[in-house]
Amino acid sequence: MSTIVVEVMPKAELLDPAGKAVAGALHRLGHEHISDVRIGKRFELHVDGEVDAELMATVEQLAADMLSNGVIEDVISVHVSGAGVAGETR
Amino acid sequence: MRVGVVTFPGSLDDRDAQRAVRLAGAEPVALWHGTHDLDGVDAIVLPGGFSYGDYLRCGAIAARSPIMAEVIDAANSGMPVLGICNGFQILVEAHLLPGGLIRNDHGDFIRRDQRLRVESTDSAWTNGFTVGQEITIPLKNGEGGFIADEPTLDRLEGEGLVAFRYLDVNPNGSLRDIAGLRNERGNVVGLMPHPEHAVEPGFGPNTPAAMRSGVDGLTFFTSVLKQSVLN
Repeated sequence: MSTIVVEVMPKAELLDPAGKAVAGALHRLGHEHISDVRIGKRFELHVDGEVDAELMATVEQLAADMLSNGVIEDVISVHVSGAGVAGETR
Repeated sequence: MRVGVVTFPGSLDDRDAQRAVRLAGAEPVALWHGTHDLDGVDAIVLPGGFSYGDYLRCGAIAARSPIMAEVIDAANSGMPVLGICNGFQILVEAHLLPGGLIRNDHGDFIRRDQRLRVESTDSAWTNGFTVGQEITIPLKNGEGGFIADEPTLDRLEGEGLVAFRYLDVNPNGSLRDIAGLRNERGNVVGLMPHPEHAVEPGFGPNTPAAMRSGVDGLTFFTSVLKQSVLN
């Protein structure tokens, strides 16, 4: 079994109220050096067998079409878990 | 006229929407998300609520449910479709209306009787209003901030596709105070506030005349009836 990881973040130019609330709590706890927090999503897709280029292309399409909404979010990464940075496809 | 109201897992205001349809003089028809059956209806309401618990994104999973294939086809063929609150989010996720809806800028869920200005009456659901008319209907949402890129916002304004704008206060950070949109054809309308909660004296927003007497929302549902008679 392999795991494909898809990471999605709210667009940088948009306000992230959830991240802002966490940053505010961190500041109240004395961590003023943490200037900002943004909260995104990590999807782990478990698939049977090995991951080939065709499957990765399918998942990249799904990441763009369904797992994210291009109006409000960016797909940051689609990669096979454990493959390391060199295995990342974007 | 038969107006379908689609119930998704987590819909809350489907029964209120059916009641509004009945009070306007049409026949409400309950439709179920898991089927491909529109039951021969003449118009469709996607009601408010929290379909699929707002998982993934508000409206995202509902927009890909079985019945939405038929709803999208019907909308593209000119059938009147109204999306209220979560229904608006579903319309946006289904690409029947542009832009996106994100968490309110202040981070809180908000419930208030909201004044709106009617910006467009060229639609199946707003033809009973007059341009510039000010109405009050309830608003209740956590993720009602409308956003789109600048070229899209300019196009919406230029083509008269902004159907409603917030008055007095911008309750959720929506860009250009946009509360609702219509599509180019005028058959699809989506808005965050809830017209179905302002259709019956005694249960609507307060007005200067009497407490809870506001029925401004009824015009949405009588508009679509008028549209069907004209057609």
